[in-house]
Amino acid sequence: MSASLDLFETRYAALRRKRRTTTLLGAAIFVLLVLCAIFDTEFYPSKLLAGIPKIGEYFDKLFSVAPARGQPRVAVLAWDHLFGGIDEAQSVAYWFYRFGTYASLLWQTIQMAFVSTIMGATIGFALSFPAARNLGTPKLVRLATRRALEVARSVPQVVLAFILIWPFSIGPLAGILAIGIHTAGALGKLFSEINENADMRPADGIAAVGGGWLAVVRYGFVPQVLPNFVSYALLRFEINVRSSTIMGFVGAGGIGQEFRRVISFNIYEEVSAIAILIVVIVSVLDLTSERVRARFMAARTA
Amino acid sequence: MSSIIRMDALTDADVAAARIRLPGAFADNRRVLRIVLWTAFVAYLAYLHWAFDFGRVLTGLPRLWVIVRLMVDWSGFLEWDHTAILTALVETLAMAFLGTLLAAVIALPLGFLGARNMTANRVIRFLFRRGFDACRGLDQLVWALVFVRAVGLGPIAGVLAIFIADTGVLAKLYSEAIETAENGQIDGVRATGAAPLAAIRYGVVPQVLPIMLSQALYQFESNTREATILGFVGAGGIGLRLSERIQINAWDQVAYIIVLILLTVVVIDTISARLRGRLIRAGGLKRT
Repeated sequence: MSASLDLFETRYAALRRKRRTTTLLGAAIFVLLVLCAIFDTEFYPSKLLAGIPKIGEYFDKLFSVAPARGQPRVAVLAWDHLFGGIDEAQSVAYWFYRFGTYASLLWQTIQMAFVSTIMGATIGFALSFPAARNLGTPKLVRLATRRALEVARSVPQVVLAFILIWPFSIGPLAGILAIGIHTAGALGKLFSEINENADMRPADGIAAVGGGWLAVVRYGFVPQVLPNFVSYALLRFEINVRSSTIMGFVGAGGIGQEFRRVISFNIYEEVSAIAILIVVIVSVLDLTSERVRARFMAARTA
Repeated sequence: MSSIIRMDALTDADVAAARIRLPGAFADNRRVLRIVLWTAFVAYLAYLHWAFDFGRVLTGLPRLWVIVRLMVDWSGFLEWDHTAILTALVETLAMAFLGTLLAAVIALPLGFLGARNMTANRVIRFLFRRGFDACRGLDQLVWALVFVRAVGLGPIAGVLAIFIADTGVLAKLYSEAIETAENGQIDGVRATGAAPLAAIRYGVVPQVLPIMLSQALYQFESNTREATILGFVGAGGIGLRLSERIQINAWDQVAYIIVLILLTVVVIDTISARLRGRLIRAGGLKRT
């Protein structure tokens, strides 16, 4: 009895030792990685401590305003000045005095997101069928389509936009194309996964009565997958609105251009004004699209 | 009361009577609506074309073709500044790693403050939730530019940008994970007379830690991708090298850097996916 107990004890000890070594090794590698990263990015505590007051000062300035040159800064909004005229510091009108410009740029930003979503969804829709595994597409075509979609969604959108500026000139078109290409890659993959999970019986039925590839897609797949496609496309629209707000950073249209300008020139109160507008717009669109998606799904299951 | 309506027995008078009784059934509202919607859609497309001038896509294609041809010509490969490019690539990885790590640590307590079953006070919870929204509502690139203005050019601004944006994302995900934690374990620990902090430590954390770690790893993957562009605004990493080369039209090196970025992302994704798989399996074993 005690022999087997001894055996158990030794084996247990060995196991624990092994476990502990693995844990220690993992921890050592982790600490080493952290140290390397700190060293590489010069993220030293001393530098950080020196930077913190500056960050605090910056964010403080974002929400304060100098009523006139040389005067001390005051909070950007004050209750008793809130609805004063455009010349009165500490009023909403003063803070958002360039609201017209922002509004038209935000409108452009949303249009960019909309067009690029439609463009990406259309291309993704067309490519999702050759990319799906269950449609009997030749293997070469399938693999080529999948690789193309992969590349389209892996290249960072801002990089793509910056490259596309050269052939398509500065402006929203380059941004639309960049986001559209990325969307095509992302949605094409999701759509092809939906196709692969689709019920094969309608498709088999169409094929059995002599329907070709196109007929199988049109009558066997599209009716059952389209609602899911629309839902994913709406979700993508939300993401694209976020992306299109930064396209202007490289000159590809939208509010980003103005945003970059006011940040670079340290026009503090305008930075906070635009930031708030972007956050509000993005949240409102998220909520709206969530509602639409929920209603859409409810209508489908009902 | 005849229940069968014979179409051939209907007189014009019957139809007229029915028309008065049920006007809705005869007016083709849907068709009108459809026509109106389609017209509006076409008008909208026309407006978009006016606003964005899609014709320029065609005129730009020949120029794009020139760029693509220059991209695939790597004959000058040996003369490129490989040291600078590779160092910048490593710096990008370091930025993503450090930013995600800091965010994962700071988001932990914030996640508890934003979770419904941990923070009973609705006002506090609301404020924290909206705070997370504000952090992730602005893109990392915006934060990077702000931090470049605040702490100067360099990778520190990039790390801080990733940290702030990611704290918003992870805190939200964490608080959602905490909300799905089972109450049984928490009650069990509490029943032994444990203090609230101990109840969290032994009742909640073991349940949610694998999920949290796997979410943090997933964010690391996505941040690696995001960090490649932070250099565009001067926040360190490969983006600076890339934007320089785009600006001087060194398209061959641009293609090279993009290929390097894609390879790095694939490697990181593979490693992270394997680690996440192990974590999820370990979490599953613990629960049974």
